[in-house]
Amino acid sequence: MSLRRNMARQRNIGIVALIFASVIFILPFVYIFLMAVKTKQEAALFLFSWPQQWQFWQNLVDVVKTRNYMLLLAYFNSTVITVGAVAMLVIFGAMVGYVLQRRPSGWNRVIYGCILIGLMVPPAVVPTIWVLQGLGLFKSIYGMILIQVAYGLAFSVLLYRSFISTIPRDLDEAAIIDGATPWQVFFRVILPLLKPVTVTLIVVQSIAIFNDFTNPLYYLPGKENVTVQLTLFNFQSQFQSQFNLLFMNILLVTIPPLLVFIFFNRQIVAGMTAGAVKG
Amino acid sequence: MKRRSPYPYWFVLPAAVVFVTLFLLPTVASFWFSLTRWDLFDAEFIGWDNYRQFFREPFLVQGLVNTLIYAFVTSGAKTVLGLLLAVLLTGGIWMQGFLRSVVFFPVLVSTIGVGITFAALMHPTKGVINLGLGLVGLHGPAWLSDPALALYSVALIDIWKGVGLATLIYIAGLAAISSEYYEASRIDGATRWQQFWRVTVPLVRPATVTVVTLSLISGLRSFDVIWATTRGGPGFSSDVLASVIYKQYQAGFYGLATAGNVILFLLITIIILPLTWWFNKREIDL
Repeated sequence: MSLRRNMARQRNIGIVALIFASVIFILPFVYIFLMAVKTKQEAALFLFSWPQQWQFWQNLVDVVKTRNYMLLLAYFNSTVITVGAVAMLVIFGAMVGYVLQRRPSGWNRVIYGCILIGLMVPPAVVPTIWVLQGLGLFKSIYGMILIQVAYGLAFSVLLYRSFISTIPRDLDEAAIIDGATPWQVFFRVILPLLKPVTVTLIVVQSIAIFNDFTNPLYYLPGKENVTVQLTLFNFQSQFQSQFNLLFMNILLVTIPPLLVFIFFNRQIVAGMTAGAVKG
Repeated sequence: MKRRSPYPYWFVLPAAVVFVTLFLLPTVASFWFSLTRWDLFDAEFIGWDNYRQFFREPFLVQGLVNTLIYAFVTSGAKTVLGLLLAVLLTGGIWMQGFLRSVVFFPVLVSTIGVGITFAALMHPTKGVINLGLGLVGLHGPAWLSDPALALYSVALIDIWKGVGLATLIYIAGLAAISSEYYEASRIDGATRWQQFWRVTVPLVRPATVTVVTLSLISGLRSFDVIWATTRGGPGFSSDVLASVIYKQYQAGFYGLATAGNVILFLLITIIILPLTWWFNKREIDL
C-alpha cells in the first residue's frame, strides 16, 4: 500500500520536474533549432513558433558558403588545435603524473605549487603575447596549441596522478627486472593501463578546447586563423539581419558536443567529478 | 654504486618547458609590465601610475565591483541550486537519468552560442521570455539593455549554463554518503527537513568545497558570456575585470591591461586562498 503510494509520489515529482526542466533547459535548444530552419523574415520576429516555411538545407548551405567557406576553415583549424593540444596533454600530463606519484621528493612540492597556480591564476594575457611574439609563435596555430597545453596541464596531471596511484608498483618492478628502460616501462606498461582515464581526459579537454573563445581571441587573430567559436562571434555582427543563419551556425557548433555527450556520457561525468568526493 | 631511479626527472621536462615559458614567465613578467607604459616593444617605467589610474577611473572601479558581485551571485546560486537539484535527482524520481542529462548538457555547449541565444530570448519587446511573461500578465524588464539589470541578467545566463556542473559534483558527493546515516536518523524520528540539514548538508561538504571554489574562480575570471551578450554595456554597467582588460588591450594600453590582470590575480588569491585554508581547517575539526 504505502510502497505503491510512494512510487506514485516519486512519479508525480518526476513529472513536475520534467515539465520545469523542459521549459528551462530544453526549450532554448528547441528555439535554436526552430530559428535555424526559418526564413530570414520569419526569424527576425524572434518568435517561438513552428516555421511556416522550412529552409533547413538552404540555410545550412548559406552558412557554410559565407565569407568564402570560412566555417570549413574554422572547423579545420579548431580540429587541428584540439587534436594537437589533447595529444600533448595526454603524453606530457601522464609523464608528470607518473613521476609525481612514483618518486616522492622535494620537487613534488614545487610541482604541486605549479598545479595550484595553473588551476587558479588567470593567464597574464599581454605578457603572454609578448612571449609568443619573441618565440615567433604569435598568430600561429602551433602557438595556440602550446597555449592550450600550458593551460590544461594542471588538470591533466592531477587526473593522471590520482589514477596512477591505483596501479600497483609491482608491475613497474617486474618490467625493470626484465631489463626494461624507464622509457619502455612507461610507454609499454603504464600508459596502456591508463586508457580509461585517458579517454576521460581526451573527451573533457576536447570539449573545453573546442569551445574555447577567449584564448583564440587574444592569441590567434587573423582571418586565416579563425576558429569555430570566433566565426560565431564574427557572424554575430555580420548576420544582424539574418538570424536564421546565425542560429544555423549555433546549431552546427552545438552538434559536436551533443554527439560526444551521447557517446561518452560516463567518461565526461568521471572527468568532471574527479576530486569532488575527496575534496 | 647508486642505482639510477626508474622514474627519471626528465619525464617532467616537456611539460615543465611549456608551462614555465607560456604560463609562469608571463605571470612573473606581468608584475613588471604593469608598472610601465608599454607598446610590446618598449616599456617605460612609470611606477604605480597604471594602478592609480585603475582606482581613479570610475568605470574601472565599477568593473572591479561588478566582478565581485558577478562572482558571488553566480557562485552562490550555483551552489544552492546545484545541491537542491542533486537531492531531487538522486531521490529515485521518474526519468531521473534523462533529467540529469538535460540539466548537465548546457555545460558542454559553446558559451558564445548560449550567449547569442539568450540575447534573442531576452529581447525586451520581441523576446520569448517577455512574451511568455506577458501571457501571464507580467511586464518583463529590459533584461540586457537596462543598466541596472544587465549584470544580473548575464549572471542568470551563466547560472543556467553552469548549474549542471555543480549538480553533477553534488550527485557524486551524495552518492558517497552511506545510507546508514539516513536509516539511523529516520529511526531516531528525524523529518526529511532535519535529515537534509543535519545529515546531507554536513556530509556533502567535500562537494560543497569543490563547487564553491570552482565556481568562484570561474566567476571572477568570467569573460565569454559577458562578451557574447552585452560586451560590458550598456555603458560600463556590466563590465567586469576580464572585459576591462580586453578593452584596454584593444585600445593599445598594454601596461594598463596588464595592471588589470595583476589586480585580477591578486583578487582571486585574496579570496580563494583564505577560503581554502578555512575549508581545510574546519575539516580537521570534524
